[in-house]
Amino acid sequence: MATPVLTSTDALRDAVSTPAALRRFLHGLPGVDQVGCEARVATLSSRSIKTTSKQWALDLAISMIDLTTLEGQDTLGKVRALCAKGRRPDPADPTCPPVAAICVYPDMVVTAKEGLDGSGVQVASVATAFPSGRATLDIKLQDTRAAVADGADEIDMVIDRGAFLSGSYQQVFDEIVAVKQACGRPGGDSAHLKVIMETGELATYDNVRRASWLSMLAGADFIKTSTGKVQPAATMPVTLIMLEAVRDFREATGRMVGVKPAGGISTAKDAIKYLVMVNETAGDDWLDPHWFRFGASRLLNDLLMQRTKMTTGRYSGPDYFTLD
Amino acid sequence: MSFEYAPAPESRAVVDLKSSYGLFVDGEFVDGNGHAFKSVSPATEEVLAEISEATEDDVDKAVAAARRAYTRTWSTMPGAERAKYLYRIARIIQERSRELAVLESLDNGKPIRESRDVDIPLVAAYFFYYAGWADKLEYAMPGSAPRGSVPLPLGVAGQVIPWNFPLLMLSWKIAPALAAGNTVVLKPAETTSLTALLFAEICQQADLPPGVVNIVTGAGETGRALVGHPDVDKVAFTGSTEVGKAIGRTVAGTRKSVTLELGGKAANIVFDDAPIDQAVEGIVNGIFFNQGHVCCAGSRLLVQESVYDDVLARLKRRMASLRVGDPLDKNTDVGAINSSEQLSRIRDLSQVGEAEGAERWSPPCELPDRGFWFAPTIFTGVTQAHRIAREEIFGPVLSILTFRTPAEAVEKANNTPYGLSAGVWTDKGSRILWMASQLRAGVVWANTFNRFDPTSPFGGYKESGYGREGGRHGLEAYLAK
Repeated sequence: MATPVLTSTDALRDAVSTPAALRRFLHGLPGVDQVGCEARVATLSSRSIKTTSKQWALDLAISMIDLTTLEGQDTLGKVRALCAKGRRPDPADPTCPPVAAICVYPDMVVTAKEGLDGSGVQVASVATAFPSGRATLDIKLQDTRAAVADGADEIDMVIDRGAFLSGSYQQVFDEIVAVKQACGRPGGDSAHLKVIMETGELATYDNVRRASWLSMLAGADFIKTSTGKVQPAATMPVTLIMLEAVRDFREATGRMVGVKPAGGISTAKDAIKYLVMVNETAGDDWLDPHWFRFGASRLLNDLLMQRTKMTTGRYSGPDYFTLD
Repeated sequence: MSFEYAPAPESRAVVDLKSSYGLFVDGEFVDGNGHAFKSVSPATEEVLAEISEATEDDVDKAVAAARRAYTRTWSTMPGAERAKYLYRIARIIQERSRELAVLESLDNGKPIRESRDVDIPLVAAYFFYYAGWADKLEYAMPGSAPRGSVPLPLGVAGQVIPWNFPLLMLSWKIAPALAAGNTVVLKPAETTSLTALLFAEICQQADLPPGVVNIVTGAGETGRALVGHPDVDKVAFTGSTEVGKAIGRTVAGTRKSVTLELGGKAANIVFDDAPIDQAVEGIVNGIFFNQGHVCCAGSRLLVQESVYDDVLARLKRRMASLRVGDPLDKNTDVGAINSSEQLSRIRDLSQVGEAEGAERWSPPCELPDRGFWFAPTIFTGVTQAHRIAREEIFGPVLSILTFRTPAEAVEKANNTPYGLSAGVWTDKGSRILWMASQLRAGVVWANTFNRFDPTSPFGGYKESGYGREGGRHGLEAYLAK
């Protein structure tokens, strides 16, 4: 029997009381019909966003980017360059907004923090043995604490997909709770926690819905699709299900959770489709960098190119936009 | 922050509207002898064109042209040759799809998104599909004709179509008729003749032999003359049950064979284990697609009581995001009501719903000042005894009822004189199969609604008509048994 999603806070408290209750709750969530979900995405993708609304959407999308570099070959120089780009994406146009955050590995947090000083751009650090998450809990927690201590404003953790797929929901839940605690700072506040579900490994839409609720119940500030290291990364149907989840979660608890699709979104056209989907699914409260982010590296330059086209009426070549 | 979608109008420039249109008889456009009538854009009440009315005499000429073409060319032409013409027509429809979509939205009031993404692609698909059958007719009805012989066409088909899917209904009628070797005289609805006349132009462009397709325009009188014409061998009608019954009486006792596709009052049944977000989309698509001007619309929502509050809340929230307005705007979800007559009928029945005690709700939405508009509307607290649960409204009006058990859902769904379609929403496969076997409806959709495909037969039980259109079954209606 399906559990109505518009449920009470009490029911949610019960849901996390025992491992069996958690399992019952997650399996009682309404299923997702794959065909219907993808059809809805196709309809939303057919929206035509032109002129003033396109201009507005392009700027919003830029301000929602977590500009990312997560490579083994990352250097201090690379991160510094990325910070400069994030602060001022279009050096030729001061009206261009900065991005939301720079997303790096934990050992780059200090450098990123320096590079972004005074800009308002956040530093996000991946943690918990990103991207696989295959390490012991104490190492994951230490990874997190180190990044927070170095000044990370946001932590992007990965869930234990192996535990999730084998049905050990409580283990995944407890781990998120522990990482959330590790995000705490001495002053009592805490780094924002984004929970990466790696939807490409969860395989089914039903699993995406369950993982979304599991993460939110465990205290996630954001739910995020992917590490970017697994294909498929972010897709529109998966993001639609997550948007439905945060919408329903707010109905049930009053608490808002952010959504971050990451990986594979590389064109302005796609970014605008996502914003339309946010608008018509979760609603305009989520049309804000506090509640919706794009994890991307290539996307920014296409947004800038489209933005320049809107203001000048001409397309310019890729050489007019900085590499990082 | 709120995301305002700037106007995104599809250009009208692609359509070359003439000030007046005649009939299409024997491969030529000719003036009708009746009074000219106006075709208006339902979104603005702008007069789009004047159209000739075909008199009995004009219909007679059209039937005579169809008979000549049948005897001399079309029925004797090898199927593979007929297929070439149909393929050519299908390709031209694809090439001119934008023009057809814009004209359909202008004349009918449906959103360009639907005419562009649903109607016109399906029109081409039906022609492609039946083109493929033209040289394979001996496999259409296995065992019906002696081995090795090809089943024979019926002759001249008189076809009358409605205004809700003007070009799509034309394709459902003309494509199988022509593939089987019949010739046709088709009468489009008087409020939506323009795409049928553009189709006539496409027939010319495709070099279709004169007389194979004839279009006679006009209202009820023209239709009566066509249906009652003694030299018509086959009558095919899509429209209201009332007119369908009159046609049934007209052809009773004659040699004419008949297919009727009439009204409906479909139940869209949502069980408590349904994929809820997709079910809500399906409810919206079931009743607000094409402004509810759909014979198979899911106009009765049956929700299991245990999820009623949840479904209703989600439905209302979803309805608030529907964009009602200019049919040519690419972001419009719900367009204009096709005519002032239809608008009055929808208003009347909605008032009856209120008077009978059902609770009416519409999302806040601004309707344009000019043109024919009706906000998406739902009625809660509806019972089987309400007129809005029994009569076809043919507009964006949904009656919501509840049920407790699968058996009760079946009982309520079948408790109607109609039986065109139904929808079942559940995660349980076995329940889908059981429901489908119990529901007295020609089409049962499972976890979807209002999906059409040329390979699938479509048609009704009870007062929703008889005969099937689409698929292999659709050919049977145009072949001699």
